[in-house]
Amino acid sequence: MKSSLLEIIYLLASVTFIIGLKMMGNAKTARNGNLIGAVGMTLAILGTIFLYDGGHQVSTTTFVLIFGAIAIGTVIGWLTAVKVQMTKMPELVSLFNGMGGACAALIGLIEYPHAAETGMGMGGMLCIILGLIIGSVSFSGSIIAFMKLNGTLKKAIRLTAYNMINNVFLLALFAFGAYFLMAASVPVAAIYVLLLMSLLYGVLFTIPIGGADMPVVISLLNSFTGLAAATGGFLYDNQAMQTGGILVGSAGTLLTLAMCKAMNRPLSNVIFGAFGESAKSGSGSGSSIEGSIKDISISDSAILMNYAKKVIIVPGYGLAVAQAQHVIKELENLLEERGVTVKYAIHPVAGRMPGHMNVLLAESNVAYDKLVEMEDINPEFAQTDVVLVVGANDVVNPAAKTDPSSPIFGMPILDVENAQHIIVNKRSMNAGYAGIENELFYNPKTSMLFGDAKDALSKLVTELKTL
Amino acid sequence: MEQIITAIAEHRQLLYIIILSIFVGVEVIGNVPTVLHTPLMSGANAIHGVVIVGAIIVMLKTESSLGMVLGFLAVILGTLNVVGGFVVTDRMLEMFKKKK
Repeated sequence: MKSSLLEIIYLLASVTFIIGLKMMGNAKTARNGNLIGAVGMTLAILGTIFLYDGGHQVSTTTFVLIFGAIAIGTVIGWLTAVKVQMTKMPELVSLFNGMGGACAALIGLIEYPHAAETGMGMGGMLCIILGLIIGSVSFSGSIIAFMKLNGTLKKAIRLTAYNMINNVFLLALFAFGAYFLMAASVPVAAIYVLLLMSLLYGVLFTIPIGGADMPVVISLLNSFTGLAAATGGFLYDNQAMQTGGILVGSAGTLLTLAMCKAMNRPLSNVIFGAFGESAKSGSGSGSSIEGSIKDISISDSAILMNYAKKVIIVPGYGLAVAQAQHVIKELENLLEERGVTVKYAIHPVAGRMPGHMNVLLAESNVAYDKLVEMEDINPEFAQTDVVLVVGANDVVNPAAKTDPSSPIFGMPILDVENAQHIIVNKRSMNAGYAGIENELFYNPKTSMLFGDAKDALSKLVTELKTL
Repeated sequence: MEQIITAIAEHRQLLYIIILSIFVGVEVIGNVPTVLHTPLMSGANAIHGVVIVGAIIVMLKTESSLGMVLGFLAVILGTLNVVGGFVVTDRMLEMFKKKK
């Protein structure tokens, strides 16, 4: 009776995962979808605690420990998630993903000695080994991704023949994994070697990838963790884990590919592409850019925008870092009051994650219909008087269209150079995240407004008020 | 050869689940606007937190103290994934809702 009830709960949970994920694909239903998933998860967890039959009497201490662990995890997870700033969201997703991976790896680690002792079948052993490898890779990879986005780890490290080393290492990892399945008896301690190797591979896999590509990597690692969860599901013949895991595995893979498509780069290029190296040679050719940089003062910018008919704002990561989303809304209000049409041009990969800018600007109550996606806004630049680029760089770099040697060549960009005037707000002349020069800054129509986004925009707002 | 065929036949239900889940996953994500990619990734992230169920099973089953310690750790990590994942996603989506 108890175990049948549990099976029904798992069935319900699986259905909530599917419906929840489906609803999350639409802006209107997304929030409820997330809640439905959470309810299903709670059911599955509570059901497992009270109805799972482990084959022996479970002591009260165990229950206390389980609830203790859940309480600790809930408090830490909840507090971190509630307190984090909107700009730090991508890192946090990566971190939580890593936790899931570590959880899957630990399950493998605990089950292995037991399985080796009882001579578990090939299938079960395969699940344990795969779960351990994938979970560990996902864990250490996510931690590296977290550190990269966080800025702790800045440079993409790429040795010569890096791909070769990585691939050989991956083969060795799988060969060692296969050894556990084939060999008659393996010393129990060897599982720790496998664990270390997997952790190391996660680091090797993620570390050469540039920070700008981290969202794609996180999405990929996300689907890895899904697979790791699924292997656990096969091990315990647990339907909720199976469906949840595979669902995230396949959905995550597709999402990864969709993100790559938004950047117009194949996935293999993200993972194996020597982005860092070509960027260096790219900046070498940067000296060939002709023209000079032109400064613009706050008051000139204000006048220019005040008498414009139409202003398009291009937000980038700089806006997020400076927390300038509220000031920019104020600027929008002021300009609109004076009859200026204001729109925001959202590049699919502006910021550090797709949708990052939408989330950020929605926080400061910018109307949804003012955020225009790239394909829709590009034809409008020609009829625009002033484009204000705030902390964006690579997404407005014409080299993506004109320079085949550029590492971002082929990425669709916002055609801001078609506008009458372009004002670029940047902290300095440093290159953007991709580490390459931007000839837009040397365009005769472009004026540079140097300074922190929040600071510069606040001054701009003050100036506009006096006009 | 015969072994492989029997193995497939024996595990056919499992194979059904795998194949159908893959299709459902692909179907569910298809045609999602770019804007929702981040929250969706975060939501999917929370859902694979279902791995916590495995960690709980470990704690219910294990008889060794090492298993208990590692299981305890695994449940904490799994809970972080689940709770953090859902709360972060909710916060992101809350932003979307305010607009209208």
